Parts: sequence; structure tokens; C-alpha cells
Amino acid sequence: MIGQVQKFGKSHSFYDIYERKGEGEQSTHYCPGCGHGTIQKLIAQAIDDLKIQDRTIFLSPVGCSVFAYYYYDTGNIQCSHGRAPAVATGVKRTVKDAIVISYQGDGDLAGIGMTEIVHAANRGEPITVFFINNAIYGMTGGQMAPTTPLGRKTLTTPFGRDRDRDGMPMGMAELMQAIAAPVFIERCSVATPKELLKTRKAVHKALQNQIDGKGFSFVEILSPCPTNWGMTPVDARTWMDQQMTLLYPLGNFRDAVVQQEEQPAEHEVPLWLDDEALVELLKGASDVPVMRMEPLSETQRVKIAGFGGQGVLSAGELVATCGMSEGLAVSWLPSYGPEMRGGSANVSVTLSMDEVGSPLVDHPNVLLVMNGPSLDHFEDQVVEHALVLVNSSIVTRKVRRTDVRTIYIPATELAQEAGLVSAANVVMVTAYLLISKAIPLDTLKRCIPLVLRKKAFLEKNLSLVERTMVYLQENGMV
Amino acid sequence: MNHVRVRDDECKGCAVCVSVCPKGCLEMSGKLNTMGYEYVQFIRGVACTACGLCFLSCPEPSALTVLAEQEVE
Repeated sequence: MIGQVQKFGKSHSFYDIYERKGEGEQSTHYCPGCGHGTIQKLIAQAIDDLKIQDRTIFLSPVGCSVFAYYYYDTGNIQCSHGRAPAVATGVKRTVKDAIVISYQGDGDLAGIGMTEIVHAANRGEPITVFFINNAIYGMTGGQMAPTTPLGRKTLTTPFGRDRDRDGMPMGMAELMQAIAAPVFIERCSVATPKELLKTRKAVHKALQNQIDGKGFSFVEILSPCPTNWGMTPVDARTWMDQQMTLLYPLGNFRDAVVQQEEQPAEHEVPLWLDDEALVELLKGASDVPVMRMEPLSETQRVKIAGFGGQGVLSAGELVATCGMSEGLAVSWLPSYGPEMRGGSANVSVTLSMDEVGSPLVDHPNVLLVMNGPSLDHFEDQVVEHALVLVNSSIVTRKVRRTDVRTIYIPATELAQEAGLVSAANVVMVTAYLLISKAIPLDTLKRCIPLVLRKKAFLEKNLSLVERTMVYLQENGMV
Repeated sequence: MNHVRVRDDECKGCAVCVSVCPKGCLEMSGKLNTMGYEYVQFIRGVACTACGLCFLSCPEPSALTVLAEQEVE
């Protein structure tokens, strides 16, 4: 009989359900197109194939992959930043039969934990190290890592990485190659299907070496960070394939030494910032127009929440900038770190006539919810008579509280109609400001270019504000 | 017929599977899931060879499952 059988599917080494948060129990916290997910699947598959699930101890680093312990149904330890090879040494020496996997990013391994990895390699500890190189500090929002290419603009290198000021990008596979003890060193990539298949092989080999007690195995895997690179997931892979591999050549290093070519910096950048350059860099703040102060009827304690990537933080920045522009005292406090990736990100904003004592907003009187989990999380925290705005395009349920004022707006749909799929945040902020009358519409329009700096979208954003106003009027909400 | 099963609510719409499929069997659906991402869909009646490249390149553990047609008992 002919039938369909599963040929490729979820690995047994993953938990069936990820109990990280209430939402998305089957999906990871990674951003769309993140390389971590792909690589972790390859490792899970190898653990399945080699039948070592019961012996494996997976070491999570600090970084976006810190939550690996929510996914792997193996032994798990979460290590201090960069110290995974030291922890691996201790575990392996204590439990000799364990298969110890140290999974580290480039900020973790090549930056903060450089000492640990070099000495663990030099001692030839019989462990397996997977080094995920995406050339940036991802979790903290895109700062320069030791592996960042020359010229690449990051949060901490706003004019691009400079060779004289910031040093050259560091090739960790090459560095490993300079150490005698490791038995296996390979650099691979997840950019293309062909490279993915090679990576699968290298992952398998590095684990087999540990099963056979051969020694220290090091696999560097080039991986995309579309979010912090500012590229689409597909473009990020193309860039890796065409550019990143020039800097970090792929191949097996124990058999053939690949000489890294020095890349001279050809662009002209200032080595140090003088006062004028600093002023130029920080100019955004001074551009805020200071307006006549309208009395605020009530201190606005605002919580904005949604998925990472929905523009939650910039929505907060927009509200705060509007407040500043009106001469109000404001505070803006984002939620931070990997919690934002894929899960509920949130930001607290206070607008006040007096100085703001604490930027924390535990009991908001304004709540803007962009997705379901955020409503679940914050609904009970708002005060009586609070204004609750719900993005009804994505939130399917109704607000249960009856002592609050609830407004439903199909924000994602309105944004999509305007050709800006990610601008639901603009709709939500506009609706909030119009309904609450906390900030005049003109101020909002003037502040939009200061916060949403992509000039190409300015007109669309402004017309989306108008569209939102019309929608609110048509539905009798203002 | 071989088939790729998509769990709509686990897809984050990164479109990497669409770009790697050698036979063009996957496309963006134009619809949003509960997370607000535009998920992919399998195009029925096309030449899927169950090669598994979509599954391999997908960053999500179980968003895609590749089913191959073969002799079963």
C-alpha cells in the first residue's frame, strides 16, 4: 500500500512543549530567520542519531541562545558569560561518560570568554564546542563583537569598525589552529543548503569524537542575525555566502590550513570623536521642538506590550518624545534582553507635570496591547478606569475587566492597508493620543520623523496617522 | 504525493524555506498567524521530492514536517 510517512520532522531531543511563557508553546523565542534555530535543530538531530540524549549535558551560554534549556530534553546547565568551557571541563572530568556540549556565541566565546576557550582547547578537554559566529552581540541589541567585520556599523561603532581603533575581526578557527591539542577544527555555515549539509556532517563528527574519547572538537558555524544586521533573513544568508565567507573562509582546519587574508580598511573614519562629531551624533535629542506646555489632566502611566519586532519600544519612544516636546517630564523604560526575542516585549512610559520619581509602571492607567499574551499578562495590573487599547487584528479575545475603558482597533490591518506591515505601533500610539487627548495630533506628526527615522516611510507613516484618525471618527471613538 | 505540512502558528515568515526549495513548492500565504507573522504554505500538486532542505533550513523545530510517499504496510 502506498502511504505518507514522516521523512523530516521534529527531533526527539527537543521537548514536546516549551514551557517558557504562556504563548507559542511550540515555537522558539528566536527572531524570524535566526541561525540559532537551524543550528540547534542540527545538533538535536545528531543527538537523536547518535543515541546520546540520556548522556548529553548541554551548556547554554549568555546570549540569545541562553534559553536552550527550554528546548533540549537533555541535561542542561546555564553558565556565566563566557565560562561554558570551564564548566564543561568540570562536568566532563566529574562525569566522564557525559557528552558535554558547549554552545557559545561570538560575544560569549571570542569576547568575554576568550580565556576559558583558549585554555580548555590547550588542555585538550575531550568536549565538543559549537561556536556560533554571527559577528555581533545579538541579545543586547547589536554591539560590536571581536568577530565584527571591518567597516560594519554597529551600536558601538556608529561609523563602522575601524582597524586602528577597534582591532581586526578575530578568526577563532584560525586561533584554534594555532593550538596543538584540538583534534577537530572546522568552520562551516548555514547560508546555503549545500553548506548546511556540510555543517550537519561536522556537528555529527564533533560529537562522534567525544563519544570515541578523541579529544577537543571545535566547530565554528557562521550564522545570520537578520535583526541586528538590518537585513531580511534571505538577504542575510546571501550576504553570508558572498561576503562573510571571504573574511571567515570555510573548511576543515585540521587537514588544510586556510590563510586568512588581511583586509585593509579603505574607508576614512575619525579614530576618536571630537565635540562637533559627538554633537552631530546625538543631534536627534536637540531636534525635539519645545512647545508650550498644556496642563495634563492626569499623569499618564503607560504600558505598551506586544511581540518583539512589533515596534513596541519605538512606540514608547514616540509617546515619550511627544511628551518631551510638550515640555512634560517623561520616562521611558524598555524591557530588556532575550525576553524581547519572540516573546512579549514591553515598555513603560510616564508622562507627568511633575518630576518622575521612578520609571517603573507597575499599575498602568493606559495599556496598549499588541498581542494576546500581553493582554493575558497585563490585564489584571491596570488600575480602575484605565484606558485599554487592544490591537484586534491579532488579539482574538475580549478584555474581561469591566471597570476599564476598552477600545478595539484593527491596528495591524490598518497598517497593512497603508503598505506598512510593521507600523501597527503607529496606529496604536495615534489612537491612544487622540482618545486620551494627552498630546495634540500636530505634536505627534512633528515627532514621528525624530523617532521613526526611516525617511522612505515618513509619508506613509504620516498618512497612517490620518487614516487612524478617520477610522476613530468613523467608529465614534473620538 | 510528497507533502510538506506547515504548522501555521509556528512559522515566523522568514521565507528561507521558500528561497531554498529547488522545486518552488513553498510560497508566502498572504495570511497572518496568531503571532502576527505571514506564514508560508505548501503548493499542492507540485514536484516536491521530499528532499528536506526546507526542514533543514527552517529555524523552527516543528514548523515544517516533510512527508514522503512510499510503500507502507
